[in-house]
Amino acid sequence: MSGYKNTGYEVVIGLEVHVELNTATKIFCNCSTAFGAAPNTHVCPVCTGMPGVLPVMNRMVLEKAVKAGLATNCTITQQCKFDRKNYFYPDLPKAYQTSQLYLPICRNGYVEIDTADGTKQVRIHQIHMEEDAGKLIHGDAATLIDYNRCGVPLLEIVSEPDMCSAEEVLAYLEKLKATMEYLNVSDCKMQEGSMRADVNLSVRRVGDTELGTRTETKNMNSFKAIARAIEYEIFRQIEVLEDGGTIRQETRRWDDNKGVGYAMRSKEDAHDYRYFPEPDLAPINISDETLEAIRGTIPELPDQKRARYVEEYKLSAYDAGQLTRSRHLAEIFEQTVRLCGQPKEAANFLLGDCMRLLNQDGKEPAELRLAPEKLAEIIKLVQAGSINKTTAKAVFEKVYAEDIDPVAYVKENGLEMMSDDGELDQLVADIIAANPKSVADYQSGKKAAIGFLVGQVMKATKGKADAGKVNAKLRELLG
Amino acid sequence: MPGITATELKKQFAAGESSSVQSVAGYMAAIERYDNVYNCYTALNARAAEEAAEADRLRAAGCDAPLLGVPIAVKDNIVTTDMPTTAGSRILQGFMSPYEATVITRLRRAGAVILGKVNMDEFAMGSTTETSYSGATKNPWDADKVPGGSSGGSAAAVAADEAPLALGSDTGGSIRQPCAYCGLSGIKPTYGAVSRYGLLAYGSSLDQIGPIAHTVEDCALLLSVIAGYDEKDSTSTRDVAFDFSGSLHDDLRGRKIGLPVNYLGEGLDPQIRAAIMEACRKFAELGAEICEFEMPMIEYAVPAYYIIASAEASSNLSRYDGVKYGYHPESFGDLEDLYLTTRSEGFGLEVKRRIMLGAFALSSGYYDAYYQKALKVRALIRDAFNRAFAQYDAIISPVAPTTAPRLGDSLTDPLAMYLSDIYTVSVNLVGIPAVSLPCGFADDGMPIGMQLLGRDLSEPVLVNMAHAYQMHTDWHTKRPTLKEAE
Repeated sequence: MSGYKNTGYEVVIGLEVHVELNTATKIFCNCSTAFGAAPNTHVCPVCTGMPGVLPVMNRMVLEKAVKAGLATNCTITQQCKFDRKNYFYPDLPKAYQTSQLYLPICRNGYVEIDTADGTKQVRIHQIHMEEDAGKLIHGDAATLIDYNRCGVPLLEIVSEPDMCSAEEVLAYLEKLKATMEYLNVSDCKMQEGSMRADVNLSVRRVGDTELGTRTETKNMNSFKAIARAIEYEIFRQIEVLEDGGTIRQETRRWDDNKGVGYAMRSKEDAHDYRYFPEPDLAPINISDETLEAIRGTIPELPDQKRARYVEEYKLSAYDAGQLTRSRHLAEIFEQTVRLCGQPKEAANFLLGDCMRLLNQDGKEPAELRLAPEKLAEIIKLVQAGSINKTTAKAVFEKVYAEDIDPVAYVKENGLEMMSDDGELDQLVADIIAANPKSVADYQSGKKAAIGFLVGQVMKATKGKADAGKVNAKLRELLG
Repeated sequence: MPGITATELKKQFAAGESSSVQSVAGYMAAIERYDNVYNCYTALNARAAEEAAEADRLRAAGCDAPLLGVPIAVKDNIVTTDMPTTAGSRILQGFMSPYEATVITRLRRAGAVILGKVNMDEFAMGSTTETSYSGATKNPWDADKVPGGSSGGSAAAVAADEAPLALGSDTGGSIRQPCAYCGLSGIKPTYGAVSRYGLLAYGSSLDQIGPIAHTVEDCALLLSVIAGYDEKDSTSTRDVAFDFSGSLHDDLRGRKIGLPVNYLGEGLDPQIRAAIMEACRKFAELGAEICEFEMPMIEYAVPAYYIIASAEASSNLSRYDGVKYGYHPESFGDLEDLYLTTRSEGFGLEVKRRIMLGAFALSSGYYDAYYQKALKVRALIRDAFNRAFAQYDAIISPVAPTTAPRLGDSLTDPLAMYLSDIYTVSVNLVGIPAVSLPCGFADDGMPIGMQLLGRDLSEPVLVNMAHAYQMHTDWHTKRPTLKEAE
C-alpha cells in the first residue's frame, strides 16, 4: 500500500490561520488590546458599535500586516481597502466585521518548511486584516458578553492546500509563529487565542486527480490538538469513503478532551456574508517609499539565521533550527556567544538544560528569562577549569530559577574545583585505603569497580574535583 | 420675534436689544403654542434656559463666539448626551447616547443653545417625515401637507419659527427637499466637509449633516461652525475651513450657471419650471451667464441611488438587534427569535423595505448585477458632473418635481416617492455640494424651491450666488400663517 500511512489515500490540507497583532491599541479605536482584563473594561462607543460611531484605522496594524506579507514572500496590495462581512451574532456588536475580501493587503506568498522529504514550499493565497469579535460567556441562567476583544486587530493567513500530513501542518504553523515573533507582529499564543487555526482537509485515493470534498475543523487551542484533530479527521474521512459513503462539505468542531470531532453546520447552512466595500474607511494607499521603509525594518528571519548559525558557528542544522525557532532564544544565544566566544557550549546549555527547565514549567522559549551575561560567565568558568560540568549544570539551574550571580555563587558556596594536586593525591590515597574490596574487585578484572571509587572521591570533594583527573589518578595508582 | 434670522438675532444680542434668555424663552413659547399642531420636536432641552443665561454672561464678559446664545434645533439622528436620540424609530425609543456627535461639540464651542431634537423619517428613510414612530410632522404652510423629508422636523421647526436654525442631514435630498417644501434655505455640504461622527448612519457614502435656515447667509454662518476636519471621521476632508466673508455680495459677473434643459421636461410641475426660468432671468440680471445644456445619466440616478443607499443601510442598521441597547421584546424564544422579534417590532415598514432591498442587492449571485452595476453608474454620473463643472461654476435645477404633497399620499405609492428624488440624489452619489433656496410660490400657496449645484468644496461660490439672489428677491422673507391647536 502507498499513500498516507499506507492507507492508499493521500491527504490535502489548507489552513486559515488567525494571528492577533500585538499592537497596544485596537484596530479602529484607542482601546487597549491587553489580554485578561476584567470584562468590558477595554471598550468605548466605537468598539461596542454604538449608533453613529466611525472607525479610524490604526496605522500600526497596516505596518505589521505589510511586514508579515513581506516576510512570507507575498505581493503587497499597495491600493487596498476594507470590506464589510455581514452576519448577526451577539459577540459582533455592529453585526458586521470589518475585514478584507476584494483587495486583501498581501497576496501570493509562500513559506518553506522542512519535511521528511526535504524542503517544501507552502504557498500563501492571501493575508488580510480584520477585527476580532467579543467573547460570549455562557452561564446557567444567562449568556454574558465581554466586548474587550472586539476590535483587536487580526491577520488571517490563508494557505493554499499544499500540506499533506499533521507533521507538515505543524511545521508550517511553527514557521508562521517564528516569523511573526521575529517581526514583532504577534505573540502567537494559542492558549490565549492570539493564534488560531482552522483546518480545511480532504482525502482522495492515490492517483485521483480531482480533489475530494473538504471539511473545515475549528476550535483547536494547541499545536498538539491540531495534530490530533487532523489525524482524527483523516481517518474519519477514509473510513466514510471505505464504507462507501460520501464526505459532506461541513464545518466541524474539535473536542480535545474527548478526542472527537463533531459536525457543526453543513454548506447549506452557510452564511451569505453580503460583503461590500466599507464606506466608512478611505481606501489605503501604500507608497513605494513607505513599502521600502517597512521592508527596511524586517530583521534577519529564522531561515536566514539558521543558515548563518551553521555557517558561522558550525552548529548542526538541527541545533541551529532549534535555536532559531524563537527570536528571543536566538538573541540570548547570540549575546552569550558574543560574550564567551563558545557557540557549541552556549547551544548545549540552551537546547539541553534550558529547554528541559522550560518544558518542566510549561513555558515557551519566548518566555525565557535569562541574562546572557550570566550564561556566558558559567561557560567561562567551565572553560577556565574553575568548575566542572556537573557544577555548571547546578549553577545554571540556580541562574534560571533565582537569577543568582554565577561567579559570586560559586565562590560563596566553595564550588571551585580542587586545583591543588597534592591535596587530591592525598584524598585518592585515602579512598583506596578505605575501600579494599572495590580495589580488589578492580584488580581482579572488574574494571567497572573504578566508577565506585571515582564516585567516592567526588563525594569527598563535594563534586569539586575533575572527574577525569580522578579517574586517571586511580588507574595510575591501581595499575 | 417672529421670522427673525440668526444673523438678525446676533445683531440684537450685540446691540443689547435682546438676550439669549429672552430669545430661548420666545422659541420655547412658540413650541408650546404651535408644536402640538406641527409636531416638530421629539425632545426638548431641559437646560436650554440655563445655557442661554450662561451665554448671556459670557457675552457680557466679552465673548463673541459665532453662535453665542443663538438657539438651534437638531435632527434626531445626531447623538446628544442630554436628550434621547431615536432617529424616529421605535427601535431606539429612549436611547441615550454615551457620547456626543462632533457637530454637537462644535455647536457648543460656538456658543449655540440647543432647543431640542426634531422629528424625521425613521432612520432618514422617507421624503415626507410621515414614517417617524413619533408621528408625522406637518407643513407650516398647510398643515394638511407634508413638510418633506427626511429632515422634515428641522425644516418645519424653522418655518414655524420654533427655531431660527436647524441641523438636518442629507443622504438623497433630505435637507434640500424639505427646504423647498417649506420655503427655506439649506445646504448639503460637500461629502467630507462636515464630520459624520455621531450621525446615525443611513447611507454612509452619501450622508452629510448640513444647515437649514430662512436665509443662505444664516446657513453659511452655521456651516462655517460645523464644517472642518475631524480625526474621528476617516472620510472627512483635511483642511476644510469655509470662509464666507467674501461671498456675501451681489456681483455675479463672470459666473457661468448651467441649466440642464432635460431636467425641465416631462414630470416637472409647470409652475416650478416657470419659477426656475424666472430665477435664471434674475441671475442673468445680476451678471451671471446662463448656459443651457443636456445633463446625461439622470434617468439612472434614482435606481443607482436606491441600490447603494439601501445596501449600505442594510448593513448600517444591523446593529439594532435588541442585544445591546434600544428596543428589546418582552418575550422571545432563542437567539434567532430575539433578532426576528426585535427587528420585526422595532422597525417600521419603509425601513424594513429598504433593508430587504439592500440585503437582496448585496446577496451572493446578485452583487454584480445590482450593487456593482450601481457603483459603475455612480462613476459615470460623477464623470458627467465633472464634464459639466469644467464648463460651469454651478448648475441650477429644480429640487422636487412638485410642491409638498398631501399627508398620506406618498405612503400608498413608495415607487412614486422614490422617483420624486430624481433631482436630488445625483448630488449625493457624486459628493458635491448643493444649496436649496426658495424661488416662488405655486397657485395653492405652497413654496417652490430651486437648487444650485457646485464643484467639490465650492460652497463659498454657491453661497455667493444664492445670497445675491436673496439680496434681490423676497421669497425667503415670506412666513406662513400658523395655526394653533383647537
